[in-house]
Amino acid sequence: MRILVVEDDSVLADGLKVGLGLHGATLDVVASCADGDAALATDEFDAVVLDVMLPDGSGLDLLASLRAKGERIPVLLLTALDEVPDRIKGLDAGADDYLGKPFDLDELAARVRAISRRQQGRASSYVSYNGVTLDVARLTAAVDGNAISLSRREFAILSALMDRPGIVFSKSDLEARLYGWQEEIESNTVEVHVHKLRGKIGRSKIETLRGIGYRMRTASS
Amino acid sequence: MNSLKHKLFFILVVTTGLIWLAATCWIYVGTTREVENVLDSRLQEAARMVLSLASSNDVGSFQKDSIAHADELLTYEHQLSCQIWSLDGRLVARTSGAPDESLSDNRTGFSERTIQGEKWRVFTAEDPAKNVRVLVGDRLGLRKTFVADIMRGLLAPLFLIIPLLAFLIWASLNRGLRPLQTLAEDLRRRNVDDLTPLKTRDIPVEIQPIVSSLNNLFKKVKEAMRHERDITAFAAHELRTPLAGLRTQAQIAMTAPDENIRKTALSQILFAVDRTTRLVRQLLTIARLDSESDAPLKSVNVGDVVEEVIDALPMSDKNADVTIDPVLRNTIVRANRESLLLAIRNLHENAVRHMPQPGTIRWSSETTEDATTVLVEDSGPGIPREELALVTNRFFRGRNRSSLGSGLGLSIADLAVRTSGARLRLRNRDDISGLRAEMVWDIRSPQRPANAAHTSRPYWVRVWLRMSGRSKISEAPCP
Repeated sequence: MRILVVEDDSVLADGLKVGLGLHGATLDVVASCADGDAALATDEFDAVVLDVMLPDGSGLDLLASLRAKGERIPVLLLTALDEVPDRIKGLDAGADDYLGKPFDLDELAARVRAISRRQQGRASSYVSYNGVTLDVARLTAAVDGNAISLSRREFAILSALMDRPGIVFSKSDLEARLYGWQEEIESNTVEVHVHKLRGKIGRSKIETLRGIGYRMRTASS
Repeated sequence: MNSLKHKLFFILVVTTGLIWLAATCWIYVGTTREVENVLDSRLQEAARMVLSLASSNDVGSFQKDSIAHADELLTYEHQLSCQIWSLDGRLVARTSGAPDESLSDNRTGFSERTIQGEKWRVFTAEDPAKNVRVLVGDRLGLRKTFVADIMRGLLAPLFLIIPLLAFLIWASLNRGLRPLQTLAEDLRRRNVDDLTPLKTRDIPVEIQPIVSSLNNLFKKVKEAMRHERDITAFAAHELRTPLAGLRTQAQIAMTAPDENIRKTALSQILFAVDRTTRLVRQLLTIARLDSESDAPLKSVNVGDVVEEVIDALPMSDKNADVTIDPVLRNTIVRANRESLLLAIRNLHENAVRHMPQPGTIRWSSETTEDATTVLVEDSGPGIPREELALVTNRFFRGRNRSSLGSGLGLSIADLAVRTSGARLRLRNRDDISGLRAEMVWDIRSPQRPANAAHTSRPYWVRVWLRMSGRSKISEAPCP
């Protein structure tokens, strides 16, 4: 899961990056509305954690302009103003959830997972497809009921493929999911992870379309 | 009850009544005179008529029937009485209502006489040629009754009209004062927080000034409240964000499996605690400046203070290349030394914090006839034009923010400079990129605001805030 954090406080931003990283997410952090807008225009994210009071304006304005552009990405507002009227204002501006500072890191992670899975049309944290079951909240996986252990990157690739089974993900799509901006990407790393994944969940579960990308193989084919 | 409507009603009814009364008196006097004139000429007329009738006959031949004739002529509602006397004092004839006694002693003309307790008004005409004297009179009592009847006729409708008039006055007042009532009702029904402007359409000219000044007041209070809310919001943000950072980092330190992540988290916690400590120190400084603003002003050597500030700086803030113009040693200002020290320290820290290394900071002063100016110039990025007016607002953090800042430095500097009896002027340098902060002591007008912390808020705003239970916020901008 790739998340964009728009927060200008360096300590909190660092805490979110590391903390949500521990919960299996890949994070990119920007410190202003303008940077947030630019990041959303160039990259794909599963969710946005947005601070309201930013140096170059209000996060609410950024949110409203995103919604006006038709951007449907789930947004969680993070703010020091958590009185009822503020919360109503935030939700009405197009936020999917609202969390007042200070907050519990685990709760934030759970809420981010919740808004992003609702975006994908799922109501629970379990994803199941063709005998493979993922628990996105606990970062665990099972094949035909037998638990298997996956690395963070392997889990990220598998959950990306299983979020939209049947859809082909190119190598660069998957790389974008795996790595934030500052992270170094090795050229064959996706191939390596997919290879390892196949070893753990079974060769036939992931299909390679040569020159295009990967997808989950349907049960019938 | 002090009611405008009741007062107006009372005034209108009383004045109308008085005018009616005056008019009635006037009519009474006028009518009485007129009635007298008319009746007098009737007496005269009648006397002459009887005299002319009598003239054609000898006095001696007057018969009862001629008297009866006269009687018929003169007994118009039996008001007039007539006597015909011979000049030698013999009663020749009289009408039935007339007394036997002579009505008058007068030879000719008008006279008044009381006969048997009744006052008579009499006209006497005589004709020596015919040996006849005719006296025609009427009772004054009857005249008075006649005038009273006329007055009664005039006054009777008045007593009917007065209640009607009162009712009409009351109704008109209600109608006329309705805009005031509507305004009062509108204000009474209003929530204390409701500061929407009153509608100005269809408002009479007389209360237009009230409505527009109320609307003006509402606007100003609204702005003051919004400012107040902004400060609260900024304060909440600046205080809660570091706490959120601390909590997050603490949770990471507790749960991270990796030793390195834990160590990084702990160092972040230390950093955040340092920063929050600075924030708390600044808030306490503001509170102190707010309360100390009326400390006495003394002559202070600015050069000494600047040196003291720079000597006391922590090592981390000494990287900049600092120049102190020698002229500062001879610059003496009237200031509160503690506040001046705070102002200089905050301006210096602000310069250091916002400057890329290595930078230069230069302290100097300029003295003219009008003012003494102590100024500090740095080689940092300066302040964007549109933010210049905002940077002294509490918790305002501009685009060129430092990671350690909380948006209080310049607002403390501003407050401290004002407490030192000067004013702070910020502008970007003309020669190179950088900020030029000036503390200006005006020589011509050495007055100092009584309470520098609160002068920005007018008296009535404070009163309003206190009335609507916001005094806590207004007295302590940083909850």
